[in-house]
Amino acid sequence: MYWDEKHETMRQAELEALQLRRLRETLTRVQNVEFYRDLLEREGVRAEEIRTLEDVRRLPFTKKQDLRSGYPFGFFAVPMRDVVRIHTTSGTTGKPTVVGYTRGDLDNWSGLIARNMTMVGLTADDVFQNAVNMGMFTGGLGFHYGAEKIGMTVLPAGTGNTKRQVEMIDDFGVTAIHCTPSYAMHLAEVAEEMGSDLASLKCGIFGAEAWSDATRSELQDRLGVTAYDSYGLSELYGPGVAFECPEQDGLHIWHDSYLVEIIDPVTGEPLGPGERGELVVTPLVKEAMPLLRYRTGDITMLYEDDCPCGRTMRIARFSGRVDDMLIIRGINVFPSQIEHVLMAMPEVGDQFMVYVDRGERHLDEMTIEVEIKRRFFSGELADLARLQERIVRALREALELRTHVRLVEPGSLPRFEGKSKRVIDRRGTL
Amino acid sequence: MAADDYIIRQISVFSENRPGRLAAIAHALEEECVNIFAFSIAEASGFGVVRALVDHPDRAYERLTSEGFNVAFTDVIAVRMRDEPGGLFEIANLLGEAGVNIEYSYAYSGLDGGVLILRVDRPEDAIAAIRGAGKELIASSAFA
Ligand SMILES: [Zn+2]
Repeated sequence: MYWDEKHETMRQAELEALQLRRLRETLTRVQNVEFYRDLLEREGVRAEEIRTLEDVRRLPFTKKQDLRSGYPFGFFAVPMRDVVRIHTTSGTTGKPTVVGYTRGDLDNWSGLIARNMTMVGLTADDVFQNAVNMGMFTGGLGFHYGAEKIGMTVLPAGTGNTKRQVEMIDDFGVTAIHCTPSYAMHLAEVAEEMGSDLASLKCGIFGAEAWSDATRSELQDRLGVTAYDSYGLSELYGPGVAFECPEQDGLHIWHDSYLVEIIDPVTGEPLGPGERGELVVTPLVKEAMPLLRYRTGDITMLYEDDCPCGRTMRIARFSGRVDDMLIIRGINVFPSQIEHVLMAMPEVGDQFMVYVDRGERHLDEMTIEVEIKRRFFSGELADLARLQERIVRALREALELRTHVRLVEPGSLPRFEGKSKRVIDRRGTL
Repeated sequence: MAADDYIIRQISVFSENRPGRLAAIAHALEEECVNIFAFSIAEASGFGVVRALVDHPDRAYERLTSEGFNVAFTDVIAVRMRDEPGGLFEIANLLGEAGVNIEYSYAYSGLDGGVLILRVDRPEDAIAAIRGAGKELIASSAFA
């Protein structure tokens, strides 16, 4: 099922022509933003020089810090009377980033969400519980408008009062839910305590946090849903930028609305399909706040092959943030890649630690400590040695890097919530 | 006696190679009044397995597990060995000729001579071969 079959399945040549036309329109729009006028002049790039899609590489990047420096409305390309909505994204420090929307933006954005929800089989017959924050956060209203556009029955449930949320699912016959994966896990627990099996629920849309395939299986089992990954960024409207199709293998990013590049985050050089790097996006239809080559800080890659569903090129599920990246012997490594490898091995526990040292001959050495699950200990040293070798091999395949793997006693590794603390880089201290 | 009566439960404990782990195992068993007849340590890179024959394997298992150790039971057999040159060769040769592979072994000397503990790939065949050659196997009841 398609919401916008023409754009979702557009052939490459036609798509590229549309992208180029829209890129040029975007270049015209950014002329209304002082930051871009100055930046393009400083870089000596003139809009007329952008004649092909590849020419986008001649444009400078836009970084999150740039947007902060424009607080509050410095990046708006239209007069305030044309801005009909403002959202903000909370920064960890200082002022938030402000995002503005014209009426056209809201229409485009809700259209993208409608594509996503239609893609996973939702229709006007579905009852949709939107269990995310409805305030300045883009996730709430974004899905609200998209689901209404399809004609779904929308419950703006927000977060909290989880018992009430479970009751609503059961009493209103809710068929689809949108929330963060961690809230979904909590909801599953509360439903189990209440003795509800959430019988009506069939579709779960989870976003705003990275989540693993192991979490997917657990959520699918416990909530009785098919779980889909949703990706978005407030600077690029919000949720709706990319979304999983029923294949559950990679996310479709809407190429008619977003010009996608994957770059090496260190050198800024473009990377091809199959190569993991930072997602850089030039939104092609944004009116109130056009951006050029926005560095998302999110790590993914373009798939080499087409999706059986017939839509345009996919990107991989996100595997971490540029800030978490390690460079080991010149190879970019993300802690999340290590996590993925380990999660796929049933013998290995959920916890791990990564140590990076500068070893002999000044070569970087990476050591990964993993716990063996109790029930997989046979008592035989040879079995452990074989498992250790298997982990080393799996890591080498995923990272293209030889690592050391240490098996440690169950329960001996520190327990963390986030990923970043799992890495201890000791190279600087030598 | 049936072949089963000669299958002895060894406890195998996963242990990192770091100071104090063996002492922690020994101390836990001492507190449980578990007597260790024999033990050996097998090491790989960074970790090892401590193997022990004890008089109360279940109690040892419970206690070590409650202390966070990863413990498993492993079936082994124990053969009385002549405490003189050639004693080990005799048994190893006997099993080799019976086509039994020894995965590992360790020995201890008791008051009434040496005992060889063997982990083999085919324990039933090993038991038959040893008994057929008139050698003395030690029943599991001797370790309880
Ligand atoms: Zn697809």
